[in-house]
Amino acid sequence: MFSKVLKRIAISIPVLIGVVLAIFIMLRIVPGDPATTMMGEHVNPAVIEKISREMGLDQPMYVQFFKYVANALKGDFGTSYRLNRNVTQIILDSFPHTVKLSLLAALVAWIIGLSAGIIAAIRQNGLLDRLFMGCALMGVSMPVFMTALILQYVFAFKLKWFPVSGFDSFRAMILPAIVLGWNSAGSIARMTRSNLVEVMQNDFIRTARAKGLRENGVIVGHALKNAMLPVLTMMALQISSMLSGAVLTESVFGVPGIGRLAVNAIETRDMPLLQGTVIFTTILIILGNLIADLLYNVLDPRIREGI
Amino acid sequence: MKDKNEPNISAQIGEADTWLDKGKTLIRQNKLAALSALIILLIILAAVFAPVVAPYDHLQQSLTDRLKDPSAAHLLGTDELGRDVLSRIIFGARISLTIGLVPTLISMAIGTILGLFAGFYGGKTDFAIMRLADVMLAFPSLLLAMVVMYTMGGGLINIFIALSLVNWASTARIVRAQTLSLKEKEFVEAAKSVGVKKHVIMFRHILPNCLPSLIVLFTLNIPSAILSEASLSFLGIGAQPPSASWGLMAVRGKKYLFSEPWLSIAPSVAIMIVVLAFNFLGDGLRDVLDPYLKEQ
Repeated sequence: MFSKVLKRIAISIPVLIGVVLAIFIMLRIVPGDPATTMMGEHVNPAVIEKISREMGLDQPMYVQFFKYVANALKGDFGTSYRLNRNVTQIILDSFPHTVKLSLLAALVAWIIGLSAGIIAAIRQNGLLDRLFMGCALMGVSMPVFMTALILQYVFAFKLKWFPVSGFDSFRAMILPAIVLGWNSAGSIARMTRSNLVEVMQNDFIRTARAKGLRENGVIVGHALKNAMLPVLTMMALQISSMLSGAVLTESVFGVPGIGRLAVNAIETRDMPLLQGTVIFTTILIILGNLIADLLYNVLDPRIREGI
Repeated sequence: MKDKNEPNISAQIGEADTWLDKGKTLIRQNKLAALSALIILLIILAAVFAPVVAPYDHLQQSLTDRLKDPSAAHLLGTDELGRDVLSRIIFGARISLTIGLVPTLISMAIGTILGLFAGFYGGKTDFAIMRLADVMLAFPSLLLAMVVMYTMGGGLINIFIALSLVNWASTARIVRAQTLSLKEKEFVEAAKSVGVKKHVIMFRHILPNCLPSLIVLFTLNIPSAILSEASLSFLGIGAQPPSASWGLMAVRGKKYLFSEPWLSIAPSVAIMIVVLAFNFLGDGLRDVLDPYLKEQ
């Protein structure tokens, strides 16, 4: 078990390095000199040269890369071109908003997704099943901003139940959380249903029924436990995918989170900030996937014993 | 003349269904998928013949007709520059469909070739390609596309490139897995034993057997590419005005959401219809063509 965990962690390290390297290279093949971009076109070349030297931009790329990684390991992602602040600090300021949004959204997705999936599986091929699965496919197919705009129009503008934008009160967080959770709810519902339907065909379910257990008891006590494993992993994976999916939700509702930060960084051509946010988010997602993977191993005795 | 009572030999010896048979099965079994195919066909026709189908020119501005409510003259109203929204949506279908088809085709071609090589040659080739795929898959695709858009700047052509580069890894994984199992089959063994060249085995013997999965994957990748373009354009880092991209229309209409909601909702609904249709068709095709993918 322990060696397997170590092995799994060891596999993620090259991926982590690859991700950082890929972002680093991609952002540096930008045409134009970063110091010029930062200062504007009409600045004395001598000044630009001095700034380049100060920022280490005149050094070969591999030197820059190692310096960046060394600093990043110490928690220093460089200085923003536009805001003139430490990128790590900026990220840490907006990160809590994204975390709150993602966790709330995950809660929404789990509650809606699980219950819809379970009901659909119980009423397999019935009316509710078709209705829920239709909604689930809609949820997966709707652009995030469409859900956002419709909910904004109906619940914030027409009914005035929630504020249109902002993220400073719990009330304001509800709409963004539903929007972000809606998509994942669709995939969780689909997966819960298909797993449950599959498990229900097993012999032990027939045994449970034969010994006189009521249908609800069969489902809760026997089927659900076996159907939930892959769903649990997926639920964990959804949290990390929400961190990146939050970009759109945050921009519609004006949530000052990390996704907005990335979009702003692109708009203002703030390379260190974009680099920091993307690397930070991606590392979190890789860690999230790692944890989901390990969770699966811990929870499923068949896999655990097969090590 | 063929005797009607003569037993169907091909059925007896278990000959594989032809593509036509599979199409018929699809229409018979899955009405929703068939309907989706029809809708997609109609949208494609509308996009191709957009200048004929659209009631107005999608770029023609009219300051006297700004922000008109939907009416008989303008079925979906007009936008802030007096352009007919319906016409813009019809022209926008050209963008969404091209974005859905071309970059998906390119990225899947890249993924297929890399997957074939990785699966067929194994060893170091396999290791190098699949580790690269791991790195690509570790990125959330929207963020990666955003980085590419930062490097290259906005605009539709750059979305093309970004989406072509970003999405090859999942195809590579699936093709590699199929190649691994196919290369142990007898027909590959037979081809090898009569001295068929390696690249011929890969592209003439193994690739055609991956085709059903690839078609399903293609159908299911199209909607995600369309959504990516719409999202990028919505964030303002994709298509630029005056383009009739649906995502861009939605974000431009967002300013008028509370007074003229159709400006942003109509293009969003257009995206949803196309994406749903491709998803339904993809699901249906998977059931007919590819039991292997269904198990996964």
